[in-house]
Amino acid sequence: MIEQSPPGERRKASSAALDEARLRQQAIGVRLRQMFDQVVNEDVPDEFLDILRQADSRSSENG
Amino acid sequence: MGEVRAARPGTADDEAFKRELVQLIPHLRAFARTLCGDPAAADDLAQDAMMKAWDARASFQMGTNMKAWTFMILRNQFYSEKRRSWRQSQLDQEAAERTLVAVDDPEAPVALDELRQGLAMLPAEQREALILVGAGGFAYEEAADICGCAVGTVKSRVSRARRALHAILEGGDYDRDGASASDAMRSILADAERLSTVR
Repeated sequence: MIEQSPPGERRKASSAALDEARLRQQAIGVRLRQMFDQVVNEDVPDEFLDILRQADSRSSENG
Repeated sequence: MGEVRAARPGTADDEAFKRELVQLIPHLRAFARTLCGDPAAADDLAQDAMMKAWDARASFQMGTNMKAWTFMILRNQFYSEKRRSWRQSQLDQEAAERTLVAVDDPEAPVALDELRQGLAMLPAEQREALILVGAGGFAYEEAADICGCAVGTVKSRVSRARRALHAILEGGDYDRDGASASDAMRSILADAERLSTVR
């Protein structure tokens, strides 16, 4: 995309392109958090708490 | 981490530790999902990490960042299992593709597939850095601790990952049901706009 244009316009164009790029990066960032949060918001399988509870009572007995 | 079996009885410290650990489980699951195979394998990894953290609780200083500490444990666990049982060369690409495409929830927004596929194409260390900083909410310093590298390294990985991901989504280097890349980027932008007005 190399066009011959006066320096002023070129600067305007490149700052618009920069804004555009920034917007896109933000969009990707939002999407990335959304992807991660989707899993964070899932219900935690009971297994996790069961295992922890068992370990906890084991360590209480042994202690 | 090793076998640090602190056999303290259920002290108040243990209780506080456990409460905090339980709250971190959803985050551990999410991080595991981005690192390893299918959702079931990810949950195994998250459980292992949770138990390692529990066993090592005596070495944790209450009041410091438990989230970063458990993420580091999970990550170490992942890479040590990977070294043991998988052939390094094939793993990154294959596992990433399996993982990042695997969606547990059938009603998950289809549009996320594009991002997952894009992420799958990044080198593992870039993907991990981008996820920690861009989705996990960690500062560069914390991400550096978790990954065991310098802050500058994390910064450069994140910025390379961002650029590469953008280029992938823009350039259509991924393949998804024949949908074009610009469609993907458009839908990401539209979605982001909608989300940002909600927030």
